Amino acid sequence: MLRASLREVSAALKEGRVTPTELCQRCLSLIKSTSFLNAYVTVAEETALKQAEESEKRYRRGQPLGVLDGIPIAVKDNFNTAGIETTCASNMLKGYISPYNATVVQKLLDQGAVLLGKTNLDEFAMGSGSTDGIFGPVRNPWSYSRQYKEKTPPKSSSENEESDWVITGGSSGGSAAAVSSFTCFAALGSDTGGSTRNPAAHCGVVGLKPTYGLISRHGLIPLVNSMDVPGILTRCVDDAAVVLGSLAGHDPKDATTIQDTFKPFELPNLIDVRKLCIGIPKEYHAPGLSSEILALWSKAADLFKDAGAKVIEVSLPHTCYSIVCYHVLCTAEVASNMARFDGLEYGHRADMNKSTESMYAATRREGFNDVVRGRILSGNYFLLKQNYENYFIKAQKVRRLIANDFVKVFGSGVDILLTPTTLSDAVPYMEFIKEDNRTRSAQDDILTQAANMAGLPAISIPTALSKRGLPVGLQFIGHSFQEKQLLTVAKWFEKQIKFPMIQLEEVKRHDCSVFQHQKSVSFL
Amino acid sequence: MLDHLEHLALVDFRNVEGVERLQKAIQFADQLHEVDTEGVEPMDSVLEDRCLYLREDDVTEGNCTKELLKNAREKIEEYFVAPPGNIPLPKLEERETFLQRS
Repeated sequence: MLRASLREVSAALKEGRVTPTELCQRCLSLIKSTSFLNAYVTVAEETALKQAEESEKRYRRGQPLGVLDGIPIAVKDNFNTAGIETTCASNMLKGYISPYNATVVQKLLDQGAVLLGKTNLDEFAMGSGSTDGIFGPVRNPWSYSRQYKEKTPPKSSSENEESDWVITGGSSGGSAAAVSSFTCFAALGSDTGGSTRNPAAHCGVVGLKPTYGLISRHGLIPLVNSMDVPGILTRCVDDAAVVLGSLAGHDPKDATTIQDTFKPFELPNLIDVRKLCIGIPKEYHAPGLSSEILALWSKAADLFKDAGAKVIEVSLPHTCYSIVCYHVLCTAEVASNMARFDGLEYGHRADMNKSTESMYAATRREGFNDVVRGRILSGNYFLLKQNYENYFIKAQKVRRLIANDFVKVFGSGVDILLTPTTLSDAVPYMEFIKEDNRTRSAQDDILTQAANMAGLPAISIPTALSKRGLPVGLQFIGHSFQEKQLLTVAKWFEKQIKFPMIQLEEVKRHDCSVFQHQKSVSFL
Repeated sequence: MLDHLEHLALVDFRNVEGVERLQKAIQFADQLHEVDTEGVEPMDSVLEDRCLYLREDDVTEGNCTKELLKNAREKIEEYFVAPPGNIPLPKLEERETFLQRS
């Protein structure tokens, strides 16, 4: 039951084959037995059970609120949730309880969804590994799959096995791991430069970054206001369409959401791709792209060609500068955004009462990790009066060139772009931490952040397993606000490739001394 | 320059790694100068071609003083409490003693 898709389980609830409370309890107990994944920062057991009970009453009355009623979901810990701690995986917000719900959270709750808890991330969503938060790294559930174990036998002792586990990607790694390990049916992430699509690719789930302006950011703790969007992680494309339908639309509390009415849509089952034009941007054949992913990418292009679609090579000439441009704009907006954390109104406050400024400085030194402080600092550097034109404005100009590249390609008749999501499959944690966060982000966001620069919708679809038995994703990028077309094409592709389901082995086989207490608990 | 920056950012970074990291970030950003942006307008928002939504200037929420104060660590009655203001952050060489005295 827990492995079902959101739509399947919703049907089961409707037919009374399972009750919301049973479903919620099973998810909660699976969260417990998989807690070594570190996917959740907070598990809201009590409120979740209460919500499930309410949902059950509605079902009993025959008046469920819709598809989402009774569906267990998880939310990344950078969305405000009333009554449940919101930490951004930072000391700065440890213990912070928001007085309100983010609009997207409120919408999910209003439609009867059951909020299981808050998921782990890189501190303030700054990272591409879900390794840089105060709660420690998230472990990729595929590290414990039969597929990975068979392809990557442990070097020798159990000691080595412990260091073989791979990262989830990030920064929404907790959400991706939660969906991938069947502890929830959908999860919210956020996507500023790829933070939803990257972990989706590494964890073998669907990750959707909607068009900028389609979904409210109100209550999402901002990283880069001009690029942030709430992201959706699900097991299949149809589920992503369901969640998108429940979240999209204008929000008076977010002036950057557009006012056009959004009509929720269902995706057709019979899809004809013959009239489609798929663009293959040659610049996405980036340095460092693994040969395996390259091969999968061209295989995917052939799939469309064989089905009668027009597949052409296109050029987005400014792509290689995109990541640099992103770096400048991101740090600049971070520097200004993070100014709100001063210890006075909420969050951490240092015991320093000499002066306001020294209290600010001490609070921020204690509250932020090196990565966040580093970005604040470089952002402030790029924003200095003497650098403003040279770096910040320059980056904004390059941003226009990047956005124009897409406009030109889409204007030439291309419907959808097909690219890889990541350069390679997930790397072991021990290897990942050898490089610093900035270097890592520059490599890992390289294929994803351009869509954020241009505000375009993009989706990562799990495509195949690598030689090491780990998921690889491909990315589709669509026209602005053309989510229906994007998801339709993605669904067609998903149907063709038949990505294998994760085969999770029993927990006891891989637990180590740290997780002794979980011994003998089986996975499902 | 570093003093000024640290003052603006209100974070301490004055150690070897912090300075090194900043240098690397600047070097990385310098690649932008290879791009010809002659005559290109800077882009602030991807929604620039749309009308910006302005809501009516009416009060829609309020009376939440208690809730808002709940998350503050130091407060008196209905006020947030800050240490004395208008005292600039000391220069690096004086910092150590300044911080220790409090």
